[in-house]
Amino acid sequence: MERSILHVDCNKFYASVECLHRPEIRSRPVIVGGDEDLRHGIVLTKNEIASKFGIKTAEPIWQARQKCPDLVVVKPNYPLYLRFSALTREIYADYTDQIEPFGLDECWLDVTGSGIFRNGMTIAEEIRRRVKFELGITVSIGVSYNKIFAKLGSDYKKPDAVTQITKRNFKDIVWPLPAQNLLYVGRSTAARFRSCGIFTIGDIALCTPEYLHMLLGKTGYMYHVFANGLDNEPVSKMGNKAVVKSIGNSSTAPRDLENEQDVKVLMYVLGESVARRMREQGFCCKTVCITVRDNALLRIERQGKLPAYSADTGEITKKAMELFRKNYNWRRPVRSIGISCTDFEQEDFPAQLDLYGCAQRRAKAQRLDKTVDELKERFGNFCVQRGLMLTDRGLSGFNPYSENVIHPIGYFKPQ
Amino acid sequence: MARKVYVDVLIKQDREGRITPLSITWEDGRVYEIDKITRVCNAASLKAGGAGIRYTCVIRNKETFLFLENNKWFVESKT
Repeated sequence: MERSILHVDCNKFYASVECLHRPEIRSRPVIVGGDEDLRHGIVLTKNEIASKFGIKTAEPIWQARQKCPDLVVVKPNYPLYLRFSALTREIYADYTDQIEPFGLDECWLDVTGSGIFRNGMTIAEEIRRRVKFELGITVSIGVSYNKIFAKLGSDYKKPDAVTQITKRNFKDIVWPLPAQNLLYVGRSTAARFRSCGIFTIGDIALCTPEYLHMLLGKTGYMYHVFANGLDNEPVSKMGNKAVVKSIGNSSTAPRDLENEQDVKVLMYVLGESVARRMREQGFCCKTVCITVRDNALLRIERQGKLPAYSADTGEITKKAMELFRKNYNWRRPVRSIGISCTDFEQEDFPAQLDLYGCAQRRAKAQRLDKTVDELKERFGNFCVQRGLMLTDRGLSGFNPYSENVIHPIGYFKPQ
Repeated sequence: MARKVYVDVLIKQDREGRITPLSITWEDGRVYEIDKITRVCNAASLKAGGAGIRYTCVIRNKETFLFLENNKWFVESKT
């Protein structure tokens, strides 16, 4: 039986939700942007009117203002967006239990066999109408027999539209699209394709898998499958959590970090959040990775292994600092920092004790961390803090743990 | 454009948990009895800005929308 898969994309999600709640700005160019004082001032989303001025997502707000001096800048309200995201999924759940989110505002739904007299198109039309009526925002929906074409369908015509891509019409609709529209073809892959005379998705589809493999390695096979509509990745069931492979936090500092002490403060804030989230999941990690961006936006990423699996805030942050010291040359001040941990094991897995190490000290540190976690859970993130945090309130006064927002995960999930 | 006015609402809740609004108390203290509820559905209020459960109420022979959004009640008031 041919599958019937929908990809529902909420158009300009943050901006639409804001415009719904503020009728007075609806007819004006609006962007949702981060806090400029805290130097998070980039465009997160813009409404249709702002798009007409050529404002792009992720560009600095000052640049957007130059294009459109009348611009209304709204600060993001994540709890509201989470509520609306949950409300959209409640609507989808009336049709299927196979709902796979891709970020807050996108979902794949498998509606194969959801209703005897209804096909994918009628369900898509109904969802489009319902979301508009019940939530006051618009969605564009792609209907197809695989997830990749469904996603292309939702991008094809927007806002407030439904596009069907079938086995009969995909060559007319999908193949003329630029190669970069295909999932996972980014800027550099597109440039690589261009250099070989591959410009459209159709060009990719007509290459042999072997040629694409030669060009791009094993992802070449993936692009061949994607472009020919041969993808058979299932839509996961609602509530299925993908296996966590890494946990990380990053932050742009409110001011440039000039010395190691500044970096250390921020590193500990992030390290505490990452380690706490890891302990919450019952993990310990072996590899610590840091990303550092200087004020010219040059970015380095380095990773290193811990001597033993650990979920200890101190050990992880010390490793992160060690990586930083070893790899950063201080040619320019630091703008943002990130820590992430990978290579997980369950925290209670049988570990080899170090004959000369101090197992008792580590067990004690572990107990201390858990106690602090419980205190923070009950009395808030700032109830217990390291003395270091008091040296610079401006840098340490934020809470990456609760401000952590889940962004789209990868398309392929370990089954 | 309409104004979003949060109002006090007297409700009846039955043993099944169903909620029926009985009267609305306006900002200035005036009380309006709800004569009839003709429809209950999820809906957005494009006029006032918001989304929730919409009760279509008949008050003094006029139809009014009453919204329950995040445990708070509001109506669309003409500015």
